Amino acid sequence: MQLPAKMIHSLFLVNSSGDIFLEKHWKSVVSRSVCDYFFEAQERASEPENVPPVIPTPHHYLISVLRHRIYFVAVIQSEVPPLFVIEFLHRVVDTFQDYFGVCTEAAIKDNVVVVYELLEEMLDNGFPLATESNILKELIKPPTILRTVVNTITGSTNVGEQLPTGQLSVVPWRRTGVKYTNNEAYFDVVEEIDAIIDKSGSTITAEIQGVIDACVKLTGMPDLTLSFMNPRLLDDVSFHPCVRFKRWEAERILSFIPPDGNFRLLSYHVSCQNLVAIPVYVKHNITFREGSSQGRFELTLGPKQTMGKGLEAVLISSQLPRGVLNTNLNPSQGTYNFDPVTKLLSWDVGKINPQKLPSLKGSMSLQAGASKPDENPTINIQFKIQQSALSGLKVNRLDMYGEKYKPFKGIKYMTKAGKFQVRT
Amino acid sequence: MSSPLLHATVCCYAFECSSFLTNPITYGYMDGFDSAVQCVTVLYWVCDPQMIARGKNASDLFPAVVKNVACKNIEVKKLVYVYLVRYAEEQQDLALLSISTFQRGLKDPNQLIRASALRVLSSIRVTIIVPIMMLAIKEAASDMSPYVRKTAAHAIPKLYSLDPEQKDCLIEVIEKLLADKTTLVAGSVVMAFEEVCPERIDLIHKNYRKLCNLLIDVEEWGQVVIINMLTRYARTQFLNPNMNEDKEEKEKKKTEATAIVKRKPYVMDPDHRLLLRNTKPLLQSRNAAVVMAVAQLYFHLAPKAEVGVIAKALVRLMRSHSEVQYVVLQNVATMSIKRRGMFEPYLKSFYIRSTDPTQIKVLKLEVLTNLANETNISTILREFQTYIKSNDKDFVAATIQAIGRCATNIGEVRDTCLNGLVQLLSNRDELVVAESVVVIKKLLQMQPEQHSDIIKHMAKLTDNIQVPMARASILWLIGEYCEHVPKIAPDVLRKMAKTFTNEEDIVKLQIINLAAKLYLTNSKQTKLLTQYVLNLAKYDQNYDIRDRARFIRQLIVPTDKSGALSKYAKKLFLALKPAPVLESPFKDRDHFQLGSLSHLLNAKAGGYQVLPDWPEAAPDPSVRNVEVKESVRAVETVTARDRGPLGPSSGEDVKKSEKKSKPRIGSSESESEEDDDSESESSESEEEESEEESEEETKKKKKVGNERLENTRTTDIHTHTHSERRNTHILNCDSQPNTIASVQVFDTICKPAWLYMQFLLNPPLPVSVPQTIIPSGNLKTYELLHRITGEGLSVEYCFSRQPFSPDPHMVAVKIQFTNSATSEAKSLHVEDAKLQSGMRIKEFPEIEVLPAGETISVVMGIDFCDSTQFLEFCDPNHCTVLLKFFVSIQPPVGELMMPIFMTENEFKKEQGEHRNQCMEIKQYGPHFDCHAVVQRVTTAANLSRVPCGSDKECRFAGKTVTSGSLVLVSVVTKEDGAAQLTVNCEKMVIGTMLVKDIHQALTQ
Repeated sequence: MQLPAKMIHSLFLVNSSGDIFLEKHWKSVVSRSVCDYFFEAQERASEPENVPPVIPTPHHYLISVLRHRIYFVAVIQSEVPPLFVIEFLHRVVDTFQDYFGVCTEAAIKDNVVVVYELLEEMLDNGFPLATESNILKELIKPPTILRTVVNTITGSTNVGEQLPTGQLSVVPWRRTGVKYTNNEAYFDVVEEIDAIIDKSGSTITAEIQGVIDACVKLTGMPDLTLSFMNPRLLDDVSFHPCVRFKRWEAERILSFIPPDGNFRLLSYHVSCQNLVAIPVYVKHNITFREGSSQGRFELTLGPKQTMGKGLEAVLISSQLPRGVLNTNLNPSQGTYNFDPVTKLLSWDVGKINPQKLPSLKGSMSLQAGASKPDENPTINIQFKIQQSALSGLKVNRLDMYGEKYKPFKGIKYMTKAGKFQVRT
Repeated sequence: MSSPLLHATVCCYAFECSSFLTNPITYGYMDGFDSAVQCVTVLYWVCDPQMIARGKNASDLFPAVVKNVACKNIEVKKLVYVYLVRYAEEQQDLALLSISTFQRGLKDPNQLIRASALRVLSSIRVTIIVPIMMLAIKEAASDMSPYVRKTAAHAIPKLYSLDPEQKDCLIEVIEKLLADKTTLVAGSVVMAFEEVCPERIDLIHKNYRKLCNLLIDVEEWGQVVIINMLTRYARTQFLNPNMNEDKEEKEKKKTEATAIVKRKPYVMDPDHRLLLRNTKPLLQSRNAAVVMAVAQLYFHLAPKAEVGVIAKALVRLMRSHSEVQYVVLQNVATMSIKRRGMFEPYLKSFYIRSTDPTQIKVLKLEVLTNLANETNISTILREFQTYIKSNDKDFVAATIQAIGRCATNIGEVRDTCLNGLVQLLSNRDELVVAESVVVIKKLLQMQPEQHSDIIKHMAKLTDNIQVPMARASILWLIGEYCEHVPKIAPDVLRKMAKTFTNEEDIVKLQIINLAAKLYLTNSKQTKLLTQYVLNLAKYDQNYDIRDRARFIRQLIVPTDKSGALSKYAKKLFLALKPAPVLESPFKDRDHFQLGSLSHLLNAKAGGYQVLPDWPEAAPDPSVRNVEVKESVRAVETVTARDRGPLGPSSGEDVKKSEKKSKPRIGSSESESEEDDDSESESSESEEEESEEESEEETKKKKKVGNERLENTRTTDIHTHTHSERRNTHILNCDSQPNTIASVQVFDTICKPAWLYMQFLLNPPLPVSVPQTIIPSGNLKTYELLHRITGEGLSVEYCFSRQPFSPDPHMVAVKIQFTNSATSEAKSLHVEDAKLQSGMRIKEFPEIEVLPAGETISVVMGIDFCDSTQFLEFCDPNHCTVLLKFFVSIQPPVGELMMPIFMTENEFKKEQGEHRNQCMEIKQYGPHFDCHAVVQRVTTAANLSRVPCGSDKECRFAGKTVTSGSLVLVSVVTKEDGAAQLTVNCEKMVIGTMLVKDIHQALTQ
C-alpha cells in the first residue's frame, strides 16, 4: 500500500557541471538516479535559470532552486504547496550563507559535518523543525577559524553543549542569555529602484522597494520600538515574525523584541502614486547600418534628481546583438570590457562627476555580410547613492524598553539600482 | 570517548577510503579518537550515503556505533542517532538493543531530552517496536511540556507510515492534541491530521475557533498547513459568499427571465468571518508560502469584494527569487482569468525585462494577456511591440500568440493586430514568421472576406518558409478560402505537388486537403493535379496519409460505386467552420486548490485533497461551540460590578451589560457589512459569549441537581413572556432595534431567562457597591499618562491584587485619575481597546465628571490570557471631552497570578508531580534572611507563602489567573549561605519570566 508521505523526502545538491556533491535523506533513501530527470530538464533549458522549478517524474516530484550556481533539488512524493518547499530551500541557503559566509560548493564540502547537522535539525521527517537562525546557532555553533583551532586542540565540538531553550519560549526567534559589553543596534534602510526607461527617456514603470536590515547586539530581552516620520509612504510591508502586527495597524509603529544578530526587520514597497524620481539619465546613440560592417555606439550618463548626493559604483552592462564581432570603444572614465563569446559589454564607470559626464564612444564591428540586427540592446544600470533613501522615508526614533542600559543606536540610508533597464 | 571497537573498525574503514583522507578536518584521526571531532567525522563518514553508493555499506559497524548511544557528548549522541535511523531497518535485531536507552530518555526530567528521544525512537523504522512507539506517543501527547507534545505530533505520521493499522489509535491521539491550546503544538498536529485522517473533518469543529485565534502566533510552516486545512474545512461548513452573484451570472447566461429563484439574503457565518479576519494580517508575512496560502484562502472563500486585498501581497512576492516568481505567476495567471479587476492596477508590475528568465517572461505575458481589455489594450500592445524585437525567440513566439489572443478577445484592435502580424511576415527570423502565420490563420477565420490580400501575401510565402506548421497553416487557409483567391490556389497546389514527397506529414495532409477542396470548387483546372497528389499519397510511408488519400478519393472522385456520401462532399469539406477560440491554458485551472502542486502541474498529484464545492445549505454551526468550564461567570457579571464613587446609575449599568450580551444575540445576523480590525474586541467577546451560551444550553439540558439552574429554569418558565418583552425593551434602548430580527429559536428560549436573571440580580434602584481597595504600601504604581502629555490629567495604575469579582479570570487593575488642570474633566472612559487575541477586558464605568484638583480611582478587569508576549495590551484610550490619549498597560508577570493556600506537604507533592515542568535554578551569594526573601518575592509576584517549619526554606504558591496553572516557587538557603531559587510552572513562559523577575528582586 502506497501511503502518501508528505513534505520533503530527500535533498540533492547539484553543481553547475551537473554533479551531485551532497545528498541527504530524511526518510528512506531515494536513489540518486531520480536526478536524471532533472539533468534532462537542465539540458533542455538554454540558460541555467530556465530549468523549471517543479519537475514531475513517474514516482516523485523534483522541486529545485538555483542559488550561487548550485541547484538545491528537493524530492517529494505527493501533494505539498510548491512554495512551501521553495521557501524552505531558500531558507536552507540563507542559513548556509549565514554560517559559512558564502554558499559555494567548496564551503559546503569544507563544512560537510556542520551541513549535515544543520539539515538534520532543520527538518524532522521532512517537516520543517527549527529554521530560525537564532535557535540553530544555539544548537550548532557556526564554525570560525578560532573555534576550529580551539576544537582541534581541546577536542571540543561545534555542537552546543546546552540545549536551546529558545525553542520553547514565546519569542522563539531570540536566543536566551544574550550578553554584550557594547550594546548596539544598527539599522540599514536600503532602497532599490526598479525601472524600465524607454527609448525616448520617458519612464515606463518605476517602483521603489526597500528593506530595513538590522544588526542588533543587545543584552537581555530588549523591547524596541521604531517609528517613522512618514509611515504613510509605506504602501505594502512584510515583517519579520517578531514585529507586533496589531501595533503597526493601529499606530504605524514597529514594536518588536529583536532576534540576536543580523536579520531583516521589514521589507516594504512605496506606493506607485508617488512619482518616482529617477536619479540617472542615459543618452544613447546605438546604430547599425544596413550593408555596413560597422556600427556606432555612444553612451553618456548623467545624474538627475539625486537630492545632492553623488552616484557611486555605477556599472553599465548590456547584451549586444549576436552579430557584433568586436567593439572598439573609448571610455572617458573607468574601464570597459567586451566578451566576444557571450557578447556581454560591461563598463565599470565608478563615480559620476556632474561637471564631467562619463561617456563611452566608439564603433562596433559586425559580421561581414550578416544583416543588421533588428533589436537594439537593452542597457542595465547599477548604481548606489549613499546616505539617502530615494522615497524620502525617514526613521523618527528608536526606543528601548525592558532593559536598563543605554544602547548605541545607528541608522544608515542607501539607495541602489534594482532592475534598472533602459531600452534603446 | 568512544569504544575501542568502534575506533579500530572505523580506522580500518578510513584507510580504505582515500577521499576520507582528503577532508582536512579528519587529518588528526590517526592519533586515535581522543577528540570528539574525529569521532564525529568518522561517524558522519559512516553515515554518508555516498559511501553506500560506492558499495561500502557501513552497516556492519552497527554494534560498535550503537554502543555509543549512551555517550555523554551530545554531538556524538546525535550522530549515533543519525546512524541508527539510517541503518536500523537493515539491522533490526541490533537496533532493538538501543531501544531501552530511548525509553530511559523518555522519562528524563529535561523536556528537550524527552523530545529528542521520542524523535529518534519514532524515526527508527522497525515494525517490531510499533507498540513501544504507540505507547511513547500516547504518553508524550499528555506530557506537561508543549515541546514534547509537539514532538509527539511529529511522530504520528512516522508511525502511521510504518504501520497504517494503527490509524484508529493515532486518530485518538490527534484528537487529543488538536485540543491543545499552545501555538507550538497547533501546526504540527494539523500536519499530522492532514497526513493521517484528512477526511475526519469532524475533529476540527471544536477546535476551529481556537485554531483561527492561535494562527497568527503559530510558526510559519505550521501556518501554511493550518490555512490550507481550514480552507478545505470552510468549504464544507459555510455557504458560498458569492452565491447570489454566481447565480445571477448563470441566469444571465441562460437568459431565463422567468427563473427568478427565491434568493435568500446571504449572511456570512461569524466563524467564516473570523477565519477571513484572522488570516488577513498574515498577508504581511515574510514567508512566501504563508502569503500564498492566505491568498488562496481568500480566493476560494472570500466574498468577491474582499478578494482584492491579496493582489498587493502577491505582486510583492514577484520581487522575490525567480522560483517564487514562477509559482506566484502561475497562480496569478489562474486568478486573473476569474477576477481580472483585482490585478489591473498592478499591470505595470507584469512588464517584462530583458533579463527575466524565459519561463518567467512567458508567464508574465500570460498575465498581461489575461488583463488586457478595451481600456488598456493600446499600452499593452505597445509593450508587446518591444517584446517582438527581443533576441529570445521562444519569447517572441509567445508574444505573437499573445497578440493573437488579444485580437480575438478584443474586437476593436483586431485589425491593428492583424496588420502588425502581417508586417512580421517579412521578418528575417523564420520562427517569428511561422508563428505569425499560425496566428494570422486563426484571426483570418473570423472575417476572411476582407482579407484576401493577406491570403495572397501568405501564398507567396510558401516559396520561402520551411517551418512545417506554418506551411500547413498557409495551405489550409488557401484551401478554405480558395474562392477568394481563385487564381493563386491552383498554382500553389501545383508547386506543392512538385515537392510533395519531401514535405513533413502535417504538410502532406494539408496538401491533400487543399487538393480535395480545389477539386470540388475548380475541378476543371485541378482534376489532374489532384489525381497526381492522391496517387503520391497512396504510396506514402505514413499510413495516416495513405488512409486519408483513400478516404478522400472515395469521397470526391465520382465512380460507379461511389456511395451516398459523395453527394455531400462539398458540404463536408467546405462547411462553414467556427472560428477557433484562443483560450488561456490557465482557464478552469482553479478547480485545483490554488497554490497546490496539482494546480501548478495541472494534474492531480498523489495525496491531493480535492477542494469540495460549497454546500447548498450550511451544516449546523453550533458544532463549533465550545464548552467552558466556569459556569458562574456570566450570571455574576452584573451583580458585583465595580463602581467608582461617581459611578453611573444602575440603569446605565444594565445597558452596559446589555451591550456585552448584544453581539451574541445578533450573532446569527453577524457583522457581515462592517468588517475591520478594530472590531476585534467585539468579536472576541462575541465568541466568548457564544461559548457561554452553548454551555448554558447544555447545562439546561442536563440540569442535574444544580440548584441555581433549577431556579433559572423555573424563572424561565414563569416569566418567559415577561422577560422576552424586557429583552426587546432593552435591546431597543440600545438603539439597534434590528438586532432582534434574527434572534434564533434557541435564543428566544434560553436567553431571555438569562437576561432576566441579570435583571433580578441587579435591582433597578441605584445601589452603589463601593469597591474596597486596600491601600497597600508595597503596591507598585505605574504611570499610564503623564500630567504634561495628558494636558493636566494624569493617570496611574497599579495591580490591586484583589480578586476581580465580576470575572475571576481577570486581573484587577486599579486606575487612578488625577485632574491637576484648572477645569474639570468630563466623561472619562475607555474607548476602543485594542486587545491581543484571547484577551478580554472589563471596562470601568464612565466617569462623568472629574473636578479640577480631585483624584478618583476605578477598577477594571483585564484578562491577559497568561500571556507575556503581548504584555503590552494596547491602549485603553482614555478619552476626555476633546482629547484622546493612547496608552498601554503592561503587567509584570508576577501580577498574572493569584495566591492560593497550600500546606507544606501539598506543596512538596505538587512540586514532585510537576518536576518535569519548567524548573529554573539560580544561585545566590550568602547572607539571605528569610524575612527579606519573603518580602521581596511577594512584592515581585502575587503569591502566598506556604507555611513551613524551617527558616532555611521559603515556599510560595499561586496559580495563574486565566488558566489556573499552578505556580510554585521555592527559595532554599544552603549551608554555605548560598540560596537556590526554583520555579515550577506549567506555562514555560510564565515560569521563565517569573524566574527573571524574582531573581532581579532578590539580587537588588
